[in-house]
Amino acid sequence: MNPVATPFFFYLLSTLAILGGVMVIVRRNAVHSAIALIVTLLSVAGLYLMLYAPFVAGVQIIVYAGGIMVLFLFVIMLVNIDRSMKERAFNKQWWIAIAAAVALGALFVSVFVKSKGLFPERGLPLAEESNTQQIGLYLYGNYMFAFEIASLLLLVAIIGAVVMAKKRI
Amino acid sequence: MVPITTTHYLVVAAALFVLGVIGVLTRRNVVIVLMSIELILNAVNLNLVAFSRMWGLHGQVFAIFVVVDAAAEAAVGLGILIAFFRNKETINVDEIDLLKW
Repeated sequence: MNPVATPFFFYLLSTLAILGGVMVIVRRNAVHSAIALIVTLLSVAGLYLMLYAPFVAGVQIIVYAGGIMVLFLFVIMLVNIDRSMKERAFNKQWWIAIAAAVALGALFVSVFVKSKGLFPERGLPLAEESNTQQIGLYLYGNYMFAFEIASLLLLVAIIGAVVMAKKRI
Repeated sequence: MVPITTTHYLVVAAALFVLGVIGVLTRRNVVIVLMSIELILNAVNLNLVAFSRMWGLHGQVFAIFVVVDAAAEAAVGLGILIAFFRNKETINVDEIDLLKW
């Protein structure tokens, strides 16, 4: 199967993702940041689809855009104070932070340029139809112990969040 | 048009990672700091899925574990935030200095 207009959709989705990321960190209102983060998450889900990973794309939309972002919006509504709209949104040492982050990005790009020949440019043909089935086989076969540990982690996180957020136990 | 290679995805993921680092280091609102951490985790996931295109499905399985971690981290972090807001009436990172000597 040969997908059509792949470069166009790649550039569209990655532009949307990066624009959403910029909006997340520059908006003063936290609700706007959350909406921009949802745009970024959905574009990254589209990129997963382009990488022949439909199950991860579905998990991204359901868990991230559906679950985690609702949690974020609830907490924004609970702790939203008008005071934070009036005072400054950035730390005092913002220029050091931006310089360090730009240096980190330059390091990334230089590593990518240097290691261009290290990995194959063309991927092996992954079966798209049986993607979910194969991931399930890995999860319950190869990675079963890690899967159980992940469920334990979620249980601990649920109990911890309830203990933190409750007024008195 | 040049065909899209793995390096393209890696560059997009690096851009998202750098944006997340800038958000974590510069913003004062804790909620937005947590959102920037989600951006960073998404960049890592994009890297994992892009590499799984070449080396089999293990990267996608690991990306699912990263999503589980992100959910747990968001729940606990926001719980801590609510508990702190109840006590100190602030959500700015530079005013959260109870442990600072």
